[in-house]
Amino acid sequence: MTYAIGIDLGTTNCALSFVTSADSPPQALPIPQVVAPSEVAPRRVMPSFLYLPAEAQFPPGSLSLAWYPNARDVVGELARSQGASTPGRLVSSAKSWLSHAGVDRRGEILPWQAPEGVPRVSPLQASARYLGHLRAAWEHAHPDAPLDEQEVVLTVPASFDPVARELTLEAAALAGFDEPPRLLEEPQAALYAWVAQRGAAWRSDVAVGDVILVVDIGGGTTDFSLIAVREDEGTLQLERVAVGDHILLGGDNMDLALAYAVRAKMEAEGTTLDDWQLRALTHSCRAGKEALLGDGAPSTFPLVIPGRGSKLIGGTLRAELRREELDAVLLEGFFPEVPVDARPQAPRRMGLTTLGLPYPADAAITRHLAKFLGNAIAGHTAAEDHGHTFMHPTAILFNGGVTRSPMIRERIVGIVSHWAAAEGGTAPKVLEGTDAELAVSHGAAYYAQIRREGGVRIRGGTAQAFYVGIDRAELAVPGIPPRVDAVCVAPFGMEEGSEVALPQPFGLVVGEPVSFRFFGSSTRRDDAVGTVTSPTQLTELAPIETTLEALRAPEDPEAGGAATDAAEGEIVQVRLHAHVTEVGMLELSAVEDGAERRWQLSFDVRGQGQGQGQGQGQE
Amino acid sequence: MEPLSFGARLWLAFLLPFRVLFDAVLAARVAAVARGQALAPLPSAIETRPETKPELAPKAKPEPKVIEPEVVAPAPDRTALQLLAILQREGRFVDFLQEDVSSFSDADIGAAARVVHEGCKRGLRDVLTLAPVRTEAEGAKVELPVGFDARRTRVTGNVTGEPPFNGTLAHPGWRAEALRLPELTAGHDPTIIAPAEVEL
Repeated sequence: MTYAIGIDLGTTNCALSFVTSADSPPQALPIPQVVAPSEVAPRRVMPSFLYLPAEAQFPPGSLSLAWYPNARDVVGELARSQGASTPGRLVSSAKSWLSHAGVDRRGEILPWQAPEGVPRVSPLQASARYLGHLRAAWEHAHPDAPLDEQEVVLTVPASFDPVARELTLEAAALAGFDEPPRLLEEPQAALYAWVAQRGAAWRSDVAVGDVILVVDIGGGTTDFSLIAVREDEGTLQLERVAVGDHILLGGDNMDLALAYAVRAKMEAEGTTLDDWQLRALTHSCRAGKEALLGDGAPSTFPLVIPGRGSKLIGGTLRAELRREELDAVLLEGFFPEVPVDARPQAPRRMGLTTLGLPYPADAAITRHLAKFLGNAIAGHTAAEDHGHTFMHPTAILFNGGVTRSPMIRERIVGIVSHWAAAEGGTAPKVLEGTDAELAVSHGAAYYAQIRREGGVRIRGGTAQAFYVGIDRAELAVPGIPPRVDAVCVAPFGMEEGSEVALPQPFGLVVGEPVSFRFFGSSTRRDDAVGTVTSPTQLTELAPIETTLEALRAPEDPEAGGAATDAAEGEIVQVRLHAHVTEVGMLELSAVEDGAERRWQLSFDVRGQGQGQGQGQGQE
Repeated sequence: MEPLSFGARLWLAFLLPFRVLFDAVLAARVAAVARGQALAPLPSAIETRPETKPELAPKAKPEPKVIEPEVVAPAPDRTALQLLAILQREGRFVDFLQEDVSSFSDADIGAAARVVHEGCKRGLRDVLTLAPVRTEAEGAKVELPVGFDARRTRVTGNVTGEPPFNGTLAHPGWRAEALRLPELTAGHDPTIIAPAEVEL
């Protein structure tokens, strides 16, 4: 028998779920991992951390797993706990680095700013390490069902650009996935999990015309998507209509913000905390946050910071987290009540910018949400005709650990209702019933199952429109680079398996490197192939850089008359083609006019200029 | 035999149920002591070093040696120490018991108890599924039929006559439904409950 498998490669936690038959609900695979030196235990999720120990830091063999007997590094629970006290050897947030265009993502740059002498890995290798662990855990538990023979779906943030998606598949290949897994956007996976949970009843929970807002606030990232409920030949259809930007903001930021607030209070009273105590305080604040945000919460939560030495009672510091502080730091800091036309504050430009992860300058998730909903209305004329200035969601699906809190849910629902009421809209309902920790992997497994057996699918296609930069033909002015037009090569919403071609041809020289600037936009949904616009309104992605290799023979021997070899230095006239593969990847290729010769173009992920010094390990 | 201190007795009281539950030999010995018989010599002792076998073990019946290259099956004696190591790691349990509490105020002890409670609870939840022996509420009237299992239910108070007994449930009891201690791999030294930490 074969299984339908969903893998959630998360920023802070990974999970693997599987479905055995059409009627059975998705279940999580317990993932064996090293929880302490020489101790292996299964857990529901695997923390996405990689620890690179020093020689002799752990006894020989104490990190070994059944499938990794000579382990020299460790992922999962021990990596997280050991890394908390030894951050210089900990790789964390590898996924955010994988989508960070400013650095060389195949370069060995992690742990970021690690001290001299610490081994380094690339964001790609770290992601492959997590996927490899999940793959081994599966095959260890199911030796008769190799992963490559199952239907496997791997989730990515909706905001991942084509480069980050390609790198995710590359990491899977590096982890030994011989068959590339299908990619699925995480908010869609969360909605599939809800559909799986509700069964046939989901069709009565939503109606045609509903717009479902998926709010996914994880440990380190926040992601928004809008999914519309449509009707097609009498049956309900789901269509993903908008995705937001990748926001590096999540529950971990909230815990840290609380810890800093409490530390400031303690310092005012004359108590100073060292790094170890601050970590313990952060841990305690997480527990306090969960307690104070729960139902029937107390008004204060006692925080305890244990001493590090063996004197537990004597070394313990006490503090208190009060509701007012929580409200001030968390609700006002991360979820302020803002008008719908509020926008995140732009980062202040410093003279020197560091290359670290692009954390947002504005921590207010509600302002990011206002921007997302405001941008999403563009192109929806029916909604604009009603005088709406933003997309009104009629239902909200929450996902991610932070949204387990009823108070945060109420806050977000309240703010969105308030926005809608001002324009005559109604308050959104909340879609309940999913497991915030496992919804994404469960939903991915469910999606893998319906790909085999059939069932409701969320349509959507590509989440952005894509553009290449083409120098404008005009008189050259010394010292001023030629102005660039952005030409749309792949419109918004291209479905899997479809292909489009740019009308204008280019002359390319065989054997010489060519480079295109590459842009994306999640808001311009009406641009068709060939639409010309200014790059200033777009987000620049990794450039496309390639060399048209001199082809010995055409790829397709059936192409007949066009089968002349391209020689070095020959100029060929090509058109750019964009193709969305079956696994959901965008591929660009140059296809010769009137012939079948085809060169696939690839993205340059070495980062932009400054990144070179950090990463030497080019493959 | 020297009398034990209160701390040591508290620790023993905590440890003994687990050891009785998972170590059949020890359980037999405890049962013998409870019946008033003299202590029999130890059939085995806690290994001080993993590589040396204690000489106390009787050699009459040589046990077949199981050599697993990667996963060492938890031996009965190790499980107690392993559980202790987990409770120390998650909830500073040994630190708490070993500290002299007499000089601290109740508030200080209470603060530390939160650390111990939260952590040990988490540690215990990971390795053990606990359930009450009886599902009735505390204080409920219960009837014990003829042939009730005296291992699961202990009768106290005015015990006269023959079952069936009628009484009030004073404590519903605790039962381990499942024990899932982490597998031990090479290099594990069960006698190290918490390694020393040196900050570089």
